[in-house]
Amino acid sequence: MEENHVGITVEVNGRAHRSTVEPRTLLVDYLRDDLGLTGTHIGCDTGQCGACTVIVDGQSVKSCMVLAVQADGAHVRTVEGLAQDGRYHAVQQGFWEKHGLQCGFCTPGFMMQTVQILEDNSDPSDEEIRDALEGNLCRCTGYQNIVEAVKAAGATIRSGAETMVVGTGVGA
Amino acid sequence: MAVASPTRAFGASIRRREDPRLITGRGKFTDDIHLANAATAMFVRSPHGHARIVSIDTSAAAAHPGVLGVYTYQDVKGFISGMPCAWPTTNTGDTLKLATYPPLADGKVRFFGEAVALVVAVDPNTAADAVDLVQVEYDPLPAVVNNEAAVAPGAPLIHDSAPGNQAFRWSLVGGDTNGALAHADVRISQTLVNQRLIATPLETRCAVADYNPASGEVTVWVTSQNPHIHRLLIALSTGIPEHKIRVIAGDVGGGFGAKLPYYAGEALCIFASKELGVPVRWSESRSENYVATAHGRDHIQHIEVGATKEGKITALKVTAYASLGAYPSTVAPGVPTWLFGCIIQGPYDIPNNEVHVIGVYTNTTPTDAYRGAGRPEATYILERVIDLVAAKVGRDPVDVRRLNFVKKDQFPFKVANGTLTYDSGDYELALDQALHTVDYTHLRAWQEEQRAAGKLVGIGFSSYVEVCGLGPSSAANAMGFAGGLYDSATIRVHPTGKVTVFTGVHSHGQGHETSFAQIVARDLGVKVDDVDVIHGDTDKVQHGMGTYGSRSAPVGGGALRLAGMKIRAKAQKIAAHLLEVAEEDIEWVDDAFRVKGSPDKSKTIPDCAFAAYMAGNLPAGVTPILEEQHWYDPENFVYPFGTHICVVEVDRETGETHIKRYVAVDDCGEIINPMLRDGQVHGGIAQGIAQALWEEAVYDENGQLLSGSLMDYAIPKASVMPHLELGHTVTPSPHNPLGVKGIGEAGTIASTPAVVNAVMDALSPLGIHHIDMPLRPAKVWAAIDAASH
Repeated sequence: MEENHVGITVEVNGRAHRSTVEPRTLLVDYLRDDLGLTGTHIGCDTGQCGACTVIVDGQSVKSCMVLAVQADGAHVRTVEGLAQDGRYHAVQQGFWEKHGLQCGFCTPGFMMQTVQILEDNSDPSDEEIRDALEGNLCRCTGYQNIVEAVKAAGATIRSGAETMVVGTGVGA
Repeated sequence: MAVASPTRAFGASIRRREDPRLITGRGKFTDDIHLANAATAMFVRSPHGHARIVSIDTSAAAAHPGVLGVYTYQDVKGFISGMPCAWPTTNTGDTLKLATYPPLADGKVRFFGEAVALVVAVDPNTAADAVDLVQVEYDPLPAVVNNEAAVAPGAPLIHDSAPGNQAFRWSLVGGDTNGALAHADVRISQTLVNQRLIATPLETRCAVADYNPASGEVTVWVTSQNPHIHRLLIALSTGIPEHKIRVIAGDVGGGFGAKLPYYAGEALCIFASKELGVPVRWSESRSENYVATAHGRDHIQHIEVGATKEGKITALKVTAYASLGAYPSTVAPGVPTWLFGCIIQGPYDIPNNEVHVIGVYTNTTPTDAYRGAGRPEATYILERVIDLVAAKVGRDPVDVRRLNFVKKDQFPFKVANGTLTYDSGDYELALDQALHTVDYTHLRAWQEEQRAAGKLVGIGFSSYVEVCGLGPSSAANAMGFAGGLYDSATIRVHPTGKVTVFTGVHSHGQGHETSFAQIVARDLGVKVDDVDVIHGDTDKVQHGMGTYGSRSAPVGGGALRLAGMKIRAKAQKIAAHLLEVAEEDIEWVDDAFRVKGSPDKSKTIPDCAFAAYMAGNLPAGVTPILEEQHWYDPENFVYPFGTHICVVEVDRETGETHIKRYVAVDDCGEIINPMLRDGQVHGGIAQGIAQALWEEAVYDENGQLLSGSLMDYAIPKASVMPHLELGHTVTPSPHNPLGVKGIGEAGTIASTPAVVNAVMDALSPLGIHHIDMPLRPAKVWAAIDAASH
């Protein structure tokens, strides 16, 4: 191991990874470059935009504001781990059905934050949703359909309904 | 939503075909492209707004372990000496001075953030370390950032080739404005500022270049809205033969015009890859994006208006100082000229109008197209003018709009300066629908009650028409645009009846993979799920002109419709042959060719495609395989229109504006997918509201960009955006193959003045009649405070 590298073990989407990283490596760069999980995006350099949001040990965090070495021993969930057993997560389905994305660049960050929001409260009001999404910026949607997507996801979660199979078309 | 049949797909709010990869993190954005052995490029950028470069010492950086090369202008100028301008705007007499735009600074830096040196290293951390080791000695010069100051005597000279920092003088004249002003009952003069904005797509710009020295071919992945334009400009500027260049714009995270231009960073990745024999990748940081990617707007406008005492505007004269920034970007000169001046009278019948534009260089980031590109600057003038006239003559601004509107029986309507003929419109219909939605009479009554209680509440309108669906190539050429503005579609029906569409426009959020599939579904009777739409790769897709100027649906979709009709025409011959009837005995009904009178005797497009693949039993004169292609050059632009109404309350204590209600009624002709259309309007309105209230690119007097990151530049968050109520009217474009007008920019064009007018209406009881954007709380509070003394 090079002298300025540190060994870490991180579980990402249920799979353990042993890696060596420079101390200055950001968690987002570790995920994207070392693990090839490019679904988490980088949209700024000041921790404002939230495109890099992932869930670490049950808490949504901006992975550009966390060092990879800080994630040693942690459980990380990224957008790639949302779909389970061949079915979409309710949040993914909500964003799809309500046109909660346009270019899709901010979307993984929004979805991970939404997972956190709905785990805390599966029936938030519009105002609660908008406040909880303050740390995620979108330039395409004006946020209106994102709010609808979060509500739709919440409704699906509350109902316990099965979500769509990954690979489903648009039905037209 | 499911649709009953493919014929019904057009007009349905179907969820998007592009979403599955995007919601599973499997999008392929340019920074996601990882090639083996790829090096990382980074730039040394100027910390000065204007300075002479005394020396550049790259030796320490070049010697740093892991650094593959460090380059300055002298090293790259043999490969690329200047960034091309593809819109040397006409109608400027001999005043046009397009300054040379070097890819790396040549002896002088002219804006904060201008690239001075290129570092290429084995990985990003090494490149960042090496950038810090490049030593540049500067001799700072005085800078000028104000558009009028830049052309005033004594201003620091930015380019020796542009005396007085003037880039051009441009005018359009209609009627006799001076005469009409002289005779007007009412005259108003007003100065307006349309402030500089920063596009801020969530994805910054990136490029990956992979040059193959053996074949002379280069593949360039780049965040482009128009890959074929990039390919052509790369060829023209570097000498690499056009057919050896492949440009791939895969998933692109928003553009808004800022990813239309061809930039130095992209060209230099190609240079470095050629030089070093490895792929070279570059991704902007956000703060780099804020200085290196084109800014938008930036006008200072002096307006003179003449009107009757009833409020009918008889004369409008506009003199605008428009900043190009420090250098002319790819289409920059056309934005504050043709895209602004042609439509200077908007939806109003103003028989005498003149617009004069002075293009200026300032020590700021180069400007280029930004959502609306010229039309927001024009609409803001008109909508503020209407309200100022209404206030002066003591009439309701709604009535003044009605009085001045082009009436629905006046279409097609040629504007006074002769440049445009509006195809169709019913401006009063949209206005009436918006008024009905807000229950206008009761709204004004509510305002009176609120005012009596001491509240500052306002109602603001914006009625607009905009010119988009760029456009007729003859007009483009006449305006100096270095290209046509047609677009293209290839429809490939495979033997099994699945369809692949290749479109020359580009999707970076607009959803064309879905909306275009809906067009094909209706025209060919195939399922939306069976249609793949390919765009963005110049190796796969025939020549197209990309996406900007709300052109994809009208022009890209128009080409697709016409290609589809070619498919239908060929398939009809095959179907008739297979059904053993004459062509005139079959008709296209319910997704198939059916024998008239015996509809069960039918052939679908997939049936015809298979027969065309087999090819042994085709009618005389019909060639194998079912594939057609079309380039569509529109005969006119298209003209979406509408009315937006905004209701605000201004907090007296803080100057903060709260939007209490926002209603938009827009007409984009036929609608392909209402959900996608609404999404475009939501996003457009967010950007327009943001210009009115929050956003501004701020430079200090030394040319330092103070609003250099998301900490200081206020793009809206979910918590500050109001809920938007959208409505629509449908006035099809009579000349467009689909009857559509564009909708991508209309929300932005309309919304800015709706909000400003609302705030001014709220403040009108205090005698305040104008405040420049953005209407930040401190500014509004100061105006309220001054008015009370």
